[in-house]
Amino acid sequence: MALEKPYQNIPGTTVFDADMSRKGYHLNQFCMSLIKAENRARFLADERVYVDEWPMSEEQKLAVLARDYNKCIANGANIYFLAKLFYTDKTPFERGVSTMTNMGPEEYRLMMLGGGRSIEGNRYIGEK
Amino acid sequence: MARISSAVFSSHIPAVGAAIDLGTTQNDYWAPAFKGFEFSKQWEAENTPDVIILVYNDHASAFDLRVIPTFGIGCSEQFESADEGWGPRPVPPVIGHPDLAWHIAQSVIEDDFDLTICNDFKVDHGLTVPLSLMFGKPQKWPCRVIPFMVNVVQYPPPSGRRCFALGKSLRKAVESFDENLNVQIWGTGGMSHQLQGARAGLINREWDNKFLNLLVKDPEELTKITHTEYIREAGSEGIELVMWLIARAALGAQVNEIHRFYHVPASNCALGHLILEKA
Repeated sequence: MALEKPYQNIPGTTVFDADMSRKGYHLNQFCMSLIKAENRARFLADERVYVDEWPMSEEQKLAVLARDYNKCIANGANIYFLAKLFYTDKTPFERGVSTMTNMGPEEYRLMMLGGGRSIEGNRYIGEK
Repeated sequence: MARISSAVFSSHIPAVGAAIDLGTTQNDYWAPAFKGFEFSKQWEAENTPDVIILVYNDHASAFDLRVIPTFGIGCSEQFESADEGWGPRPVPPVIGHPDLAWHIAQSVIEDDFDLTICNDFKVDHGLTVPLSLMFGKPQKWPCRVIPFMVNVVQYPPPSGRRCFALGKSLRKAVESFDENLNVQIWGTGGMSHQLQGARAGLINREWDNKFLNLLVKDPEELTKITHTEYIREAGSEGIELVMWLIARAALGAQVNEIHRFYHVPASNCALGHLILEKA
């Protein structure tokens, strides 16, 4: 019997469940490798060579090279692993997160200062 | 006999730690957030325990996807600050309490909660940011700390009900330790926040405040919250709040509320904070 996934009707949200974790295993372990300073330096020196050392799909590698974080998440990345990539780029965490929304970093920052994204209209896909 | 005298609840946002480390806590952005901890630092200085059992989650620092323990307890003598990608936080090493930690591990496992015993790992912002919020920047931490890890990164985390039951078991374990120790239990993480996808930046002030109210008065009610409700109402990372239920149950039913603080924003998050004493 298939697992129930009652969280799939939440808009703009990918839950890092068993299926996503399996899909993203090598992508996340690649991100994890960046916790070491020598690996960060080696990755930045030649990103393509470094990602080719990991058994990731081509789509995962291209998402990493493009810093397309939504595509990384769709391919099984988890935000706490992706954070290693933010830090490798010296991208502030809030700024990295903002790139996954439809807002620019400044607009996102102002939204947070204004109390954050409202829950109203954001509970269910298709909700008005 | 050891006893749990009080509980501290706090978010453990990394940017808060960075503000402390960089000395920017008094700028326009951070001053309102740190104001809520002025009383807390004073209270903590006057009520420093012998040991803190600090419930937190590792954020892909000590544990990656190779091994994912649902519950873990740090049983070693000392824990260094982890390098999370920008160098380790400049904080003192955390001194553990192996005697109590091993006592808890054996007691709680015999009571049907299968903790993973962890002896060699580093602690990340999840543990060190609450310490900095409550103690500031001392040369060494003024008490011992037992790291108590909960998986909230890989879905599913343990249920709120399971966490609450584990908290009760922790209390029994502490109370059966012979040495006369004053123990605090801290629950960390939360409150509402979502760090990924198009819905990132979600904050649910009303839900958070209802959670704080119930945590004080009727925590058992909070055990009914499903994982999907946490994610829907408090954001994909707001599910960390299950950890607060471990600490709340460990303190016991009757409590006095000493301090409460709620502030938005702290980076992408709502910052929540409570101090409760055993009544």
